[in-house]
Amino acid sequence: MNRRSAAVSRLIASPYIVWAALFIIAPLFFVVYYSFTNSAGGFTLLNIQTLPKYLPTFLRSIWFGIVATLICLVIAFPLAYYISQKSDKAQRTFVLLIMLPMWMSFLIRTYSWMALLQDTGIINTFLGKLGIDPIHMINTGGAVILGMVYNFLPYMILPIYSVMAKLDYSMVEACQDLGGNGFNVLRRCIIPMSIPGVVSGITMVFVPSVSTFYISQKLGGGSFDLIGDVIERQFQQSYNYNLGAALSLVLMVLIVISMAIMNHFSEGEGEMII
Amino acid sequence: MKDNVIIDLKNISVSFGDNQVLKDLNLYIRDKEFMTLLGPSGCGKTTTLRIIAGFIEPDEGEVIFDGKKINSVPPHKRNVNTIFQRYALFPHLNVYENVAFGLRIKKLPEKQIKETVEEMLELVNLKGFNKRNINSLSGGQQQRVAIARALAVHPRVLLLDEPLGALDLKLRKDMQVELKNIQQRLGITFIYVTHDQEEALSMSDTVVVMDNGIIQQIGSPVDIYNEPKNAFVADFIGESNIVDGVMLEDCLVEFSGHRFECLDKGFDKNEAVDVVVRPEDVDVVAPEKGMLKGVVTSVTFKGVHFEIIVDIGGFKWMIQTTDYEAEGSVIGLYIEPDAIHIMKKSEYSGMYGDYSSFSDEYEELSDPEPEEEEEEEEE
Repeated sequence: MNRRSAAVSRLIASPYIVWAALFIIAPLFFVVYYSFTNSAGGFTLLNIQTLPKYLPTFLRSIWFGIVATLICLVIAFPLAYYISQKSDKAQRTFVLLIMLPMWMSFLIRTYSWMALLQDTGIINTFLGKLGIDPIHMINTGGAVILGMVYNFLPYMILPIYSVMAKLDYSMVEACQDLGGNGFNVLRRCIIPMSIPGVVSGITMVFVPSVSTFYISQKLGGGSFDLIGDVIERQFQQSYNYNLGAALSLVLMVLIVISMAIMNHFSEGEGEMII
Repeated sequence: MKDNVIIDLKNISVSFGDNQVLKDLNLYIRDKEFMTLLGPSGCGKTTTLRIIAGFIEPDEGEVIFDGKKINSVPPHKRNVNTIFQRYALFPHLNVYENVAFGLRIKKLPEKQIKETVEEMLELVNLKGFNKRNINSLSGGQQQRVAIARALAVHPRVLLLDEPLGALDLKLRKDMQVELKNIQQRLGITFIYVTHDQEEALSMSDTVVVMDNGIIQQIGSPVDIYNEPKNAFVADFIGESNIVDGVMLEDCLVEFSGHRFECLDKGFDKNEAVDVVVRPEDVDVVAPEKGMLKGVVTSVTFKGVHFEIIVDIGGFKWMIQTTDYEAEGSVIGLYIEPDAIHIMKKSEYSGMYGDYSSFSDEYEELSDPEPEEEEEEEEE
């Protein structure tokens, strides 16, 4: 009986296993393969040796990723708490509103920000009407980070919210009962119990922020190259798949390391909520 | 003047929306007393507890603690602690940190915290569990942690909201004894909420029977059992046969077509009353010797005794006897004067005390679910 159910579960899982092998494991293998070969297919370390040239770009990507993640966290945590305290109906409405932008194409959303931020864009036109000198916003680091925060904020709010919504209210009462005022309830009860949601939120915002290329191109105007842009150019313009793969490999390693660090923080907090 | 009263509830009314949960409730609790609020689901007992804890502010009335009105004092400023129904232990903290929680909020020195936590864990027999994860503990152990956590901050009053509801029968009995011991050893006031009448009778100094947001009776467990005030109390506490009767004169009552001597006085001549006879107080005798005669309609073996249902003129009586009586046989019943308790007619008259539809299954179906009440009250 047990062996049969094991066989059944393997059968049910098999489409996914095939999928994973074809589209996850195999590409990973190719990334590694390309990283250590030249265009003729021979083994080389040249790609790896070229990498230090891109160190400033890597550092900028990580820095922008950290800043965007922190801004998202600062916005998302209180907002998620606020939503989780509302009635069921209000909660559903809020979640819908947060998801709404995600129904539109990522490209269109970023283009819209261009239209808003340009020197002759909607915001500056409006300011001009009020007699305020135009503010240069597009093609700045700030615009890139704004784009990241705008695009990835829902990925921070939703996991934190889902943890908070499940939080047993009697915990809060227990904290008050034991002498905790509002600040104690937040610090000793709500924040520690929301950690799993915060950890998944950070991962889900940091990873796409570090690897994005489109936002920096459109809102950074090419003067704020991120590592994603460099990788994209290797594939789309230079046709140097090998260097592109080597850069991707380093990025992947960086992301795995940062995820491992984050997971370490949530150790013993139950499973990750993604 | 009431002596050493610690909590005094005066004319308390509470409504949730259209639903009036407490109606003009008056209750005082003496220092160091073990008081139980007993009643079915939705009777307002948990609401009463939450008013004392400070989670609910009454719409009307006064909450007096130690002579001071505390209606709007928030929970964290009250010297009262709660054992929650599902314990509400902090899953992100281990046993030691859970018990230390209230002490850390008070910012006590580490040495004192350690002493108190160790002392409390010893009190609840959880020595050596310091580093254990909350989720790895059994229900009974979690219960003990919850008790230690609440007692660690030295409350004057401990509020217990159906604390043993989630435990199995054997463990529940052990914990009852243990809780009573802890209460007596520490000399603090316990206010205990339960729907389990046996629990209430065996642990309490005072039992408060509630229904529908109204206190039905306050008294010692013995009083409540032997001298129930109305049909609701008589039925809720233990098994009772409740029949219509007429008080002919002091110490003489007529019911089921027979006149009985009793010990009750002070009723009007020919006043209609409810008569309570406990199933264990009826003697089974030969039909010709009985004051009442009836046919056995069902027999259930309960271990200590047989529970038999006897049809007497259409009214089904429950009788507990150690002798087996066959189904269908005619038996006589003999009732001593002190086995009869007379109650004034009330809104509950006629609702309880007839065993014609009785079965164990019904009993279970009508058993109150603790969750229901909570849901109502969180609205």
